[in-house]
Amino acid sequence: MNNTQYKAPASVEKAIELFSGAEIGGKLLAGGTDLLVQMHSDMIAPALLIDLKKIPQLRAIEKEADGYRIGAAVSGVELMNHTGFCTTWPGVMDGVKLIGSLQVKGRASVGGNICNASPAADSVPPMIAAGALATVVGPDGARIVPVEDIGVAPGRNSLQQGEIVVSFLLPNQLAGSGGAYQRFTPRTEMDIAVVGVAVNLTLDKAGICSHARVAVGAVAEKVLLVKQAGDALIGTRVQDDATDNLVTAVRAACRPIDDKRGTREFRVQVAGVLARRVVATALERAKGSGQNP
Amino acid sequence: MKRTMKRTMKKTHVSTVINGDEIDFLCDPSQTLLDVLRDELQMTGTKEGCGTGDCGACSVTVDGVLVCSCLVLGVEAEGAEIQTVEGMAGPDGDLHPLQRKFVEHVALQCGICTPGLLIAARSLLANNPDPSEQEVRFGLAGNLCRCTGYHNIIKAVLDAAAEMRSA
Repeated sequence: MNNTQYKAPASVEKAIELFSGAEIGGKLLAGGTDLLVQMHSDMIAPALLIDLKKIPQLRAIEKEADGYRIGAAVSGVELMNHTGFCTTWPGVMDGVKLIGSLQVKGRASVGGNICNASPAADSVPPMIAAGALATVVGPDGARIVPVEDIGVAPGRNSLQQGEIVVSFLLPNQLAGSGGAYQRFTPRTEMDIAVVGVAVNLTLDKAGICSHARVAVGAVAEKVLLVKQAGDALIGTRVQDDATDNLVTAVRAACRPIDDKRGTREFRVQVAGVLARRVVATALERAKGSGQNP
Repeated sequence: MKRTMKRTMKKTHVSTVINGDEIDFLCDPSQTLLDVLRDELQMTGTKEGCGTGDCGACSVTVDGVLVCSCLVLGVEAEGAEIQTVEGMAGPDGDLHPLQRKFVEHVALQCGICTPGLLIAARSLLANNPDPSEQEVRFGLAGNLCRCTGYHNIIKAVLDAAAEMRSA
């Protein structure tokens, strides 16, 4: 661990130059809650640490014309202290609030949670359900990537050599929208999801669901966007038949591992139960949200 | 390889304010803030438990934010304002109300978790001066104690909160 260099660039351009120019192995440092643990346990010994927290764009939470934009290195506590974001995106905050302890949330970022590509990461399903779009910048320029396309497998993401996630845009929702995330863990706090389900939906003035996205965590090699589950709700009043169809679609999409934290059958079963519950919470929130942000 | 070795010899100079005092230190870029506090600055009040952010024994605040100092690099503390347990008692050695209530309620046995719990509890009360028992339990969920069963810790924090509100 001794031959590590530390750089804290002040711009995205400089960070990419360092990151892509590093013939020596460079690692990006946002919250560091995964990276420092890996270093501490001698799993990695990076030659270069690139601290992204001095880049203003990666630290900003801003309401833009198209929606909320959050910097990739914004910490969980910074989001929790942002009343406007919390009111607009309670489903995303359900996930963020479940990430580790307050101490961990004081450092850990949603960007890191997404890029570390754990299938059990708590902020990822609600970000996918919200339709969040990542702005990824690399040596060849910028591109927009839906969050569901970033994680590939445990610890592996789809970013190319030298690319950095700069921010996430959570697009504006219509009035009558609501979202929620729930997970199953043996303990109530400080645990890793055995299954996690997020939904984001919109009801029109007549109470008909016009938009729904459902994402499921910890039941596959990555967090899954289950299009059929969202489609099961669209055009309905989100009552019994529709939620039964949603549950069936969610369970059909699961391809979980079988391990000490949950058997395959258990995870598939619980995914359906949680899907029903998050839809109930999202409906309440949708009915309570009069305003179009 | 030779070049890499040469680079390692170079320590980074970091300027901070710790418990109100301007303190500069030299550290290796991979050294954690916890290691800097304990090994470079001989401030051993902050304890190492797990070293992986699970136990909260190394809790400090950095620019007012509660963090595990084992998950922060020393070099990241450049320009930061850090609070550790050494700064909790007054200049005359008067204990902070939380420290006094921990003693009164026997909220510790071995004491390894205590500095982290005190820092986390002070941070909790700064944000919420009148917490419910449940809010205290959730607020301190990131601090593990293997001795007490938490009951006396919660009592001490609630009692200290009441005293601090009436002060």
